[in-house]
Amino acid sequence: MQSLRPLLALTLAGLATVSSPPLRAQTAAPAAKPTSAPSAGALSRPNADPFPSTYQPFPSRPTVIRNVNIYTAAGPLIRNGAVLLRDGKIAALGATVDVPAGALVIDGAGKFVTPGLIDTHSHLGVYPAPGTAAHSDGNEATAPVTAHVWAEHSVWPQDPQFPRNLAGGTTTIQVLPGSANLIGGRSVTLKVVPSRSVQGMKFPGAPYGLKMACGENPKRVYASRGPSTRMGNVAGYRNAWIGAEAYRRRWDAWLATPTGDPPARDLGNETLAEVLRGNILVHNHCYQADEMMQMIDIAKEFGYAIRSFHHGVEAYKVADVLAREGISASIWSDWGGFKMESLDGIKANIGLTHVAGARTIVHSDDPSYASRLNQEASKSLAAARAVGLDIPAEEAIKWITINAAWALGIDRQVGSLEVGKNADVVLWSGDPFSVYTRTEKVWVDGALLYDRADASQRWRTDFELGYVPNAGGIR
Amino acid sequence: MRYPRFIVQVAVTAALLPAFAGAQVVAITGGTVYPVSGPRIENGTVLIRDGKIAAVGANVAIPDGALRVDARGKWVTPGLIHALTSLGLGEGGSPEFSGGYSDGRARGTDGIAATFDAWRGLNPANTFIAPNRQEGVTSVGVIGGGGMIGGRTALIDLVEATSATAMLRKAPTAMLGGFGSPSAGTGARDEYWDKWRRLLDDVKAYQLRRAAYESGSTRTFETTQANLEALIPVVTGQLPLMLDVDRASDILAALDFAKQYNLKVWLANASEGWMVAKEIAAAKVPVFVGAMSDIPTSFDALGQRRENAAVLRAAGVTVVLVGIGTSGGGDFNVRNIRQEAGNAVAYGLSWDEALRAVTLTPAEVMGVAGSVGSLQVGRDANLVVWSGDPFEFSTRAEQVFVQGRTFETRSRQQQLTERYLTLPPSYRRP
Repeated sequence: MQSLRPLLALTLAGLATVSSPPLRAQTAAPAAKPTSAPSAGALSRPNADPFPSTYQPFPSRPTVIRNVNIYTAAGPLIRNGAVLLRDGKIAALGATVDVPAGALVIDGAGKFVTPGLIDTHSHLGVYPAPGTAAHSDGNEATAPVTAHVWAEHSVWPQDPQFPRNLAGGTTTIQVLPGSANLIGGRSVTLKVVPSRSVQGMKFPGAPYGLKMACGENPKRVYASRGPSTRMGNVAGYRNAWIGAEAYRRRWDAWLATPTGDPPARDLGNETLAEVLRGNILVHNHCYQADEMMQMIDIAKEFGYAIRSFHHGVEAYKVADVLAREGISASIWSDWGGFKMESLDGIKANIGLTHVAGARTIVHSDDPSYASRLNQEASKSLAAARAVGLDIPAEEAIKWITINAAWALGIDRQVGSLEVGKNADVVLWSGDPFSVYTRTEKVWVDGALLYDRADASQRWRTDFELGYVPNAGGIR
Repeated sequence: MRYPRFIVQVAVTAALLPAFAGAQVVAITGGTVYPVSGPRIENGTVLIRDGKIAAVGANVAIPDGALRVDARGKWVTPGLIHALTSLGLGEGGSPEFSGGYSDGRARGTDGIAATFDAWRGLNPANTFIAPNRQEGVTSVGVIGGGGMIGGRTALIDLVEATSATAMLRKAPTAMLGGFGSPSAGTGARDEYWDKWRRLLDDVKAYQLRRAAYESGSTRTFETTQANLEALIPVVTGQLPLMLDVDRASDILAALDFAKQYNLKVWLANASEGWMVAKEIAAAKVPVFVGAMSDIPTSFDALGQRRENAAVLRAAGVTVVLVGIGTSGGGDFNVRNIRQEAGNAVAYGLSWDEALRAVTLTPAEVMGVAGSVGSLQVGRDANLVVWSGDPFEFSTRAEQVFVQGRTFETRSRQQQLTERYLTLPPSYRRP
């Protein structure tokens, strides 16, 4: 398994050198000091961060949820336990916790707590609601390799799907470019929080991802100009990596001895070179087992790692290989049959992949599914048990929390309830594996951002004002 | 009168090979029985004879030789009805899966395909049928599509059969009207409704002056003779017209249109129905709605919310729950109707109402409540023995009876699952 530690250290170091004021200060400050030198981004240094996160946790108060059942995603269910959220972190967790002075105390009798849910496959903001051509920003379908585009530049923070995901307990999402292209561009990991800018939603320290796509979509989109076949697809990936490898060598040599003019920049190759250096994680849309096996060989040929296969309708067929290679599988609970490459979808896919030892993730690729990831996981759990796979709920909760966090390279910060981790927490009205259970409260970094009981405070995007009837009052 | 020839109330005669095919009498005993038509029965018995329900109750004498199904600790309900699917009309999202035909979609003449009976092209060998039945769905509405008028809809039972006719419970159930300018070939909303008005005026004129039409002495009508004929049952109020509308004002326009022409109308989707629930209730128009989306997916559905079904029902509207929110595979997941029902409960509908909205209510709306949708003596034995609450994820449909029979055929999905539960030897190397 690939260690994340050096990667995160690099990314965080990159952030630190480009320290930027929070959004509020930025807008309030007069343009007094002209900048002298271009930022690292202009020089194409690895880990340059030209669009830095300006996310700041929202105001919070110490909060104790007690007498509550806790799925920690890091161990057994804690029955009638307690959790303390303080200064944005999980400060204490167990059978009981000390209640600090002034803390908000919530009695969770009969209720459940989980980590904030994480969706590895979202198109929120890049395919917002309502669907319009003007906002169809998820596929730069102008060339089969568009490694130069970044999904964050398409994200519309006023997409009304964001608050609906949050209300469903989803606190972190990876927004990916679509699957029209062999290499679709950079993804971005976002906190599901209100903001005027995408920068204000960017998960601090999260590594970037690269979207790649196998199979039918690219060859269909580019049928007339190529690739028009699967072998054309594979040639396309390999050609891109050949160029990227040469680019990486040129730049790494210059960075080692930065004399004279740097080599010419190329946005696409910058991203691909960062994949080769291990700093950007590969998220590979791939349905069929045979294609996953080929993508694994391509990754080995060029020396990069695939972090997660997405959709993985046939992941169950090669789950042992995924486990051995340390590749996670981001899968739908029950989609299938909607095209040739999805014909072999089965509901036990998640369960079979899980028991084979691969990191298994229930993803959405759908704004509505993303607002009930717990239900999707529930269906997969039931389907696994129906074929005799005895998977405990404590494991199934990982499909929508810590395993997803690992796939996004943020498992040290979020994805489980452990002391010191970010206080992204969901309070559920009952067991999240029941269809009747609803989210009651959702905290992000310790701040209460969704409260079902308080419609007046509900996050409404700019778009919704005057367009979407505020049904909150009559719920 | 041409209408009756399209009505096919099916008597089932096909002899197949299910587990309970040979048994004349089956007794399901000890379960908690939800007849839907009446109160719950604890420790109840359902007796099936010749494919029909012969007895339901707490004190049912079990004939000698009856095959018994021990349902202690189980729940017994009518089979679920998903009224709005295109199950059997194609797989894989491409005509390539169906010999080049798009069996769910007719071209029609100028977007009017009133004579289109989608169910006639249904493929009984469609691989989605068995998995959906195995999860408790026993009947589905088969809805085609086209332009402004997408043809006649039907209700089928999910039996194993070699012909679509053998699956048919009722056809037609309704005439499908699309909505929106692109499908109707019109620009403005009023142009759409005006096209409808002119069309139905023509149907009435044609009906009155058929002889004159035949001799060529009428004015030119809006559509073909075949379409005019097919629309007669709509203007006479015999055949419901299903209109797919979302925006609150469009729903009201649809109700006005129905009233003006004295039509029997059903509303599908009705995303903003909750905003005009009183008006829908007053018009006594049933709605086919989901309970799993709260996303303003279009400018016509800005008010979409999960409480739609509950608010409509509370206003007295007849509510049929359908899988509007179960995207991602569509007919692959008709079975998610029970998730839809569970969510409807989570968002305000009572549990009993939710069960009714996927059993007896759709049967009533489609005019088949005399044969399915409830557990009553004389009804066809479409029923499910569940391991628990049918809407819960952890619950399994343990026995699914359709017309008194169960089906043991391993579905394609089951075969794939079984193959990979233990990796076959030939696959042990990558």
